[in-house]
Amino acid sequence: MKDTHTKPMIVIDQVVKKFGSFTALHGISAEIREGEFFSLLGPSGCGKTTLLRVIAGFEPPTKGKVAIGGKDMSGIPANSRPTNMVFQSYAIFPHLNVEENVGYGLKTRKMSKADIARDVAEVLKLVDMESYGKRKAHELSGGQRQRVALARALVMRPEVILLDEPLSALDKKLRDQMQVELRSLQRSIGITFILVTHDQEEALIMSDRIAVMFDGRIEQLDTPEGLYRRPVNRRVASFIGVMNFLPAKVLGVTDQHVKLDIAALGQIDVPRHDIDPAFDIEAVDTIGVRPEMFTLLADADDTAQMKVQGEVVDSEYYGDMTYYSVRLAGHDTPVTISMRNTAGRSVVPPGSQVTVGWGADSIVVFKE
Amino acid sequence: MKWLSSKWLAVYAVVYMIFLYAPVILLPLFAFNTSTIIAFPLSGFTTEWFVGLWYTDTLHIALGNSMFVGVTTALLSTLLGAFAARASARFAFPGKTGIVGLIMLPLVLPEIIIAVALLVMLNQLGMPLSLWTVVGGHVLICTPFAIAILSSSYRGLDRELEEASFDLGESRWGTFRRVTLPLVLPGVISSLLITFTISLDEFIIAFFLTGTDVTLPVYIWSQLRFPAKLPSVMALGTILLLVSVVLLIIAEALRRRSAARQGVDTTLAGL
Repeated sequence: MKDTHTKPMIVIDQVVKKFGSFTALHGISAEIREGEFFSLLGPSGCGKTTLLRVIAGFEPPTKGKVAIGGKDMSGIPANSRPTNMVFQSYAIFPHLNVEENVGYGLKTRKMSKADIARDVAEVLKLVDMESYGKRKAHELSGGQRQRVALARALVMRPEVILLDEPLSALDKKLRDQMQVELRSLQRSIGITFILVTHDQEEALIMSDRIAVMFDGRIEQLDTPEGLYRRPVNRRVASFIGVMNFLPAKVLGVTDQHVKLDIAALGQIDVPRHDIDPAFDIEAVDTIGVRPEMFTLLADADDTAQMKVQGEVVDSEYYGDMTYYSVRLAGHDTPVTISMRNTAGRSVVPPGSQVTVGWGADSIVVFKE
Repeated sequence: MKWLSSKWLAVYAVVYMIFLYAPVILLPLFAFNTSTIIAFPLSGFTTEWFVGLWYTDTLHIALGNSMFVGVTTALLSTLLGAFAARASARFAFPGKTGIVGLIMLPLVLPEIIIAVALLVMLNQLGMPLSLWTVVGGHVLICTPFAIAILSSSYRGLDRELEEASFDLGESRWGTFRRVTLPLVLPGVISSLLITFTISLDEFIIAFFLTGTDVTLPVYIWSQLRFPAKLPSVMALGTILLLVSVVLLIIAEALRRRSAARQGVDTTLAGL
């Protein structure tokens, strides 16, 4: 990772976007750093694509402004912005071949034919498409179209590349491969990427930072690890990965700890160092524990801080992992526990009585 | 049982084709026959009826009139069709279904009703009948065809293509020239050819709305009163048939090519 990450490339300042009486964006503010891989993550209809289109210049904001590279973009149309977009449909021009598609934007810059050909060849090599220059769009696979769309944006040498769900049309295997390729390409060329996606796994894998959006607002802007370990509320927590929620009551607060009475887990001192100081700790009414933070203990295994009894209700076998649904003693709703399938550990059948280990460090606190 | 039904289906298809095309094949048959009486047996081969057409001045005037009406109709209905097709493919507006339906209605209205209604209206307005009034009537019946053809072109034209062009630094006009036009052009040409062909072959509206200047079908109708002229009408009919078929084949080929380019359904189902 480069250390140029600190300089803001895009500043989004109080952007409001209304379509008629519908408000798509409620005063969004964020800074996207230079060279960063930034994702806008959220369910469909959360406003992430609208925000991307505001940055691209396709939608003028109703209020607020966007600055790119320190320059206010108000009133500047899409064809004069230092951004280029990779569309969800890829929008490869069907009447042009791959080279003509990639060279399309350069032609508007009045470059010589030789210069265009050189730049096009260079970028096609970068995306591994140099032998497909004469092909038309309908002769390309989904993954190849995606590469052409990316090449067509890259060749313009924009300051920012905007990607609107670029991998959603690909099958799972190709998608996994393209995620890694896109990520390493972005790192090697150092251009700022803004990715719109509804796939939390994709966002976690690819991004330096992620803005999680719901209903036209950014709920949390953090690194992938920060989002996963310290989700600010239950909505973010359940959108990013799986989270077990258990009701809890605050018994007392000290400088170091908060004492909680948690359903099924009992009374416990949760350390405060992971909790935002601004968080109203007295109002905590729920805690969250990730599935991998619980452990099904073998008899000999005694290292876990805390233990609780439970019964396996169901299990889902994924090869490398098994997801158990376990009803803990004293709590009706089963929790999800994931266990790595290491050598010598067999899958625990449903109906088995088990001892579940967990640690106070793994607890995230929430309030309504 | 399955074999039986597929056999009967084949018989039905053949009979249907004979019913459809046998009369049409009679046209060139008698056009090359030496006798002036249109009846079997054929008496001999001749091209004199075709040669005779070359020296018939009234026919040439009628042909000129038809060309004028056909070309003008094709241009106007394709232009109007392009506006309507773009609007219906791109924008949602209140009453859209109703408006599009009303525009498409002349497609199924009996032409004689349209012709009579137009004649009554023109008389009421005190407008003299001329080739322009024929053009008016033809535009009315041709525009629905133009809309049907151009709608499939515009539907295949993804909005993101125009946005991508704009995003890559191209101007609005440049986007139209480099992306929109090349993609809808085959549809436009197809529409021009089909509307021209419809206008060229149309009789009823032309018969009612033309004044002293007759179009080709009206000329043919007038010639049918003279039995001696029948073979030359056959010859003329043969030429018209050939021209129409060639134009329609070109139009359909273009429409399919444009559809294939945009990766949409290439059957006539889109119409």
